[in-house]
Amino acid sequence: MTLDILYFAWLRERVGQPRERIETEAATIRDLVAELAVRDEWHAAAFADMSAVRCAVDQQLADLDTQLAGSREVAFFPPMTGG
Amino acid sequence: MNARVQSAPFDLAAEMRGFGEGAGAVVTFCGIVRDDSGRMTALEIEHYPGMTERALNDYGQEAAGRFDLTDWRIIHRYGHLAVGEQIMMVATAARHRRAAFDAADYLMDWLKSRAPFWKREIAHDGSGEWVEAKTSDEEALARW
Repeated sequence: MTLDILYFAWLRERVGQPRERIETEAATIRDLVAELAVRDEWHAAAFADMSAVRCAVDQQLADLDTQLAGSREVAFFPPMTGG
Repeated sequence: MNARVQSAPFDLAAEMRGFGEGAGAVVTFCGIVRDDSGRMTALEIEHYPGMTERALNDYGQEAAGRFDLTDWRIIHRYGHLAVGEQIMMVATAARHRRAAFDAADYLMDWLKSRAPFWKREIAHDGSGEWVEAKTSDEEALARW
C-alpha cells in the first residue's frame, strides 16, 4: 500500500523533511515505525524514543497497535502543546 | 458553533457580537503569549492542517452535547506570535453559568494536549526551543 508519512515539530527536523510517500506492507503503526527507523540515521534519531512520539492515522489520533489497512496518511509528532 | 484555525489576529469583542443569543450564560477564555523565562520574544506555532480543524470541531461538538451548550466557538492561531498577542479563544454559551464554565474548562484541557499544535519559544537571539508537554496538562484531562 502507498502511505503518505507526515512529520511535525522536532520529528520533522530530525527526519529532515515534512513528508514522504512510501510503499509498505506494515500491518500496524508499530510495524511501520520499525520499517522507518532503519531507513537512515535521521529516521533512527526521530524514532529513538517512542515514549516521546505520538501519531495519527488519517488525521485521527492513534497508537502503536492501530491497524493500517486501508489508510492513506500517517503522521508522527511530539506530545501536543496547544492552548 | 464553529472552530477556526488562522494565522491572523482575532477581535474578541467582534467575535462575541451576537454569540450565544438567548443563552443565560456566556463564558470566554482567551490565551495570551507570555514570557516565563525572561528571554522569549515570540512563539512559533506549528499545526497539522486538516487534522487541526477536524479535531477542534470534534471537541466542540463533544462539549456541546456533554454540557448542553447553545453555542460555542474556538479560534486557535498558528505561525509567529509575539509576546502579548492573543493565541486562542474559547467561548461557550449555555442556559446556566456552571455548564458554560465547565465546558470552557473542558475544551481548554482538550486543546492543551489533544489538538495538533506544537509551540516553539523564540529567544531574543533568534534561537528556538520546542515547548515540552506538561504532565499536569495530561493529568487535567483525566478529570473529565
